[in-house]
Amino acid sequence: MSGAVEEALRARREAGGKSLVIYMTGALDDDFETTVLAVAAAGADVIEIGIPFSDPVMDGPVIQEANEKALKGGATPANILSRLERLDVGVPLAVMTYYNIAAHMGLERFAQSLAKAGVSGCILPDMPLEETADWAAAADAAGVETILLAAPTGDDERLTAVCERSRGFIYGVGLLGVTGVRSELASSATEIARRLKNLTDLPVLIGVGIGTPEQAVEAAAAGDGVVVGTAVVERMLSPEGPEGVAALVKDFREALNA
Amino acid sequence: MELNENEALKPPDASGRFGDFGGRFVPETLMPACLELEKAFNEAWADPSFRKQLDDLLADYAGRPSPLTDCPNLSELLGCRILLKREDLNHTGSHKINNVLGQALLAQRMGKTRLVAETGAGQHGVATATAAALLGMECCVYMGEVDVERQKLNVFRMRLLGAEVRTALSGSRTLKDAINEAMRDWVATVEDSHYCLGSVMGPHPYPWMVRTFHEVLGSEARSQCQERLGTTPDVVVACVGGGSNAIGIFSGFADSPADLVGVEPAGGAAVGRGVPGVVHGSRSFLMQDEFGQVLEAESISAGLDYPGVGPEHSFLAASGRARYESVTDTEVVEAFQLLSRLEGIIPALEPAHALAWVSRERASLAGKTVLINLSGRGDKDVDQILELLEKEGRA
Repeated sequence: MSGAVEEALRARREAGGKSLVIYMTGALDDDFETTVLAVAAAGADVIEIGIPFSDPVMDGPVIQEANEKALKGGATPANILSRLERLDVGVPLAVMTYYNIAAHMGLERFAQSLAKAGVSGCILPDMPLEETADWAAAADAAGVETILLAAPTGDDERLTAVCERSRGFIYGVGLLGVTGVRSELASSATEIARRLKNLTDLPVLIGVGIGTPEQAVEAAAAGDGVVVGTAVVERMLSPEGPEGVAALVKDFREALNA
Repeated sequence: MELNENEALKPPDASGRFGDFGGRFVPETLMPACLELEKAFNEAWADPSFRKQLDDLLADYAGRPSPLTDCPNLSELLGCRILLKREDLNHTGSHKINNVLGQALLAQRMGKTRLVAETGAGQHGVATATAAALLGMECCVYMGEVDVERQKLNVFRMRLLGAEVRTALSGSRTLKDAINEAMRDWVATVEDSHYCLGSVMGPHPYPWMVRTFHEVLGSEARSQCQERLGTTPDVVVACVGGGSNAIGIFSGFADSPADLVGVEPAGGAAVGRGVPGVVHGSRSFLMQDEFGQVLEAESISAGLDYPGVGPEHSFLAASGRARYESVTDTEVVEAFQLLSRLEGIIPALEPAHALAWVSRERASLAGKTVLINLSGRGDKDVDQILELLEKEGRA
């Protein structure tokens, strides 16, 4: 049975379009709710909410800075989820956090609290395939889609196994490195998209290193869409407010629609 | 959980777990590298030519075996017989060289050309830079900004050896953050770089591999004790940050009746104050807040200034085969001076933790034979202690 994230992304693909998943740090500031709604209205198919962790090893400096700012401002997993629960966003939500945040609350309790807050999917970037079983059992029971990352370092056998266990979509890692904007799209982005498309029918989205609408279009061409994080968070950290963030998301949406 | 002596310090299971602890919690990008490393290590360790290459380097380059030293003056003061395993006399000044030579040879065998490392006090960084210089590899060491400041001499040493030292500016700007930066580097450079992790922590196979490279010091100590004492010591004591020197010495005595004691800094007592959690690749005791955010450790010793601990220590603590105690910075500074004055040996601040515990517990140790792993020498800490004692008007 597929969940809301997968349904939304399949619907976009069946309509001939490319999907746009937007990552934003949760509870970064008082504009959190306004920003979520603005991002949805600007054309995100799915919104990924980051629950900040003290040691985000998969993230570059911008998302690290946002993590630290949110934590200093008192962000906790419970308050982010309760703020989301009160929102009617209109597009499916996923959460991205690190394994310890889920483990510390208890995997089952964490999975259930996502479901209760209306969050459909979850990404834990420090949980490779080999460590997935305990979490996936809890997530499956709560009806939460476990979105796995597929990296350029994996051989086809490994990528196939990752795709089989992933729900919602398969998150193709666009380059060797942590999250962040790069001046050019890495050739590994289209390469991983092509490889994954040959291995799975699940929506294939490429993330990490996609910072401009042009790069998004290029990366999406070989797959079903993109995940954009750092560029959005950078805008959130700037004084431009929710409107500025929405304008950026709209640029990505329009480029992908063109 | 009850463990008999033969069950302690056995290899982890196929998922890299010691009981409930360990595992491989790394980004998917690194997983193939962890699997490849595990395979390469197992093959190399089973290959007599690799073992000979390493043994020759340990003997002719690092100066092994390190001596076992009796401490008559300290023993008289404390009322127990103190023996020191002198890892401070190894090349580069600590036990770290055992692991680094092993990993560097392994990396070369795997065709890697660059070593990435984290360092706290700088001992592991210096050892890695040394091995890289010897084997003609590139070397990049991450060090927290706070540690760069308090261990200036080691920063210069690493540069002198040809390594690039990069300052970690995030979080607590100590060892924890240096590890984060090293892992981020490795995520980006995994094709040509080997992450030369400095302790018995991280994702499988690191805790097991690093421990295996340090077994040499435990087995030497075991036979040296046998020769000197005709038996095993009553108590074996070592400081614990990540816990590599402690695992090394414990490995020599796990199947003996000796009490095994790990000594943590009060401000970084993962076993003493932590609960199980996942950071830096494995599940282990971890100092964290009520939401699972990792707490910042606070210790006078840069090498032990870490909120976690290697998973095998968590297993030994949970199983009761070893116990873990803590000492304060003040007790450590006293012990640092005590050994210097009484025995003419200036210890590093890290093993001064083990000495501090023995000194404090002298009443309960009366008449016993106590083996302390003197994991490093204190040259690197002299500046810091001078400054501290001057501030207190005691220098």
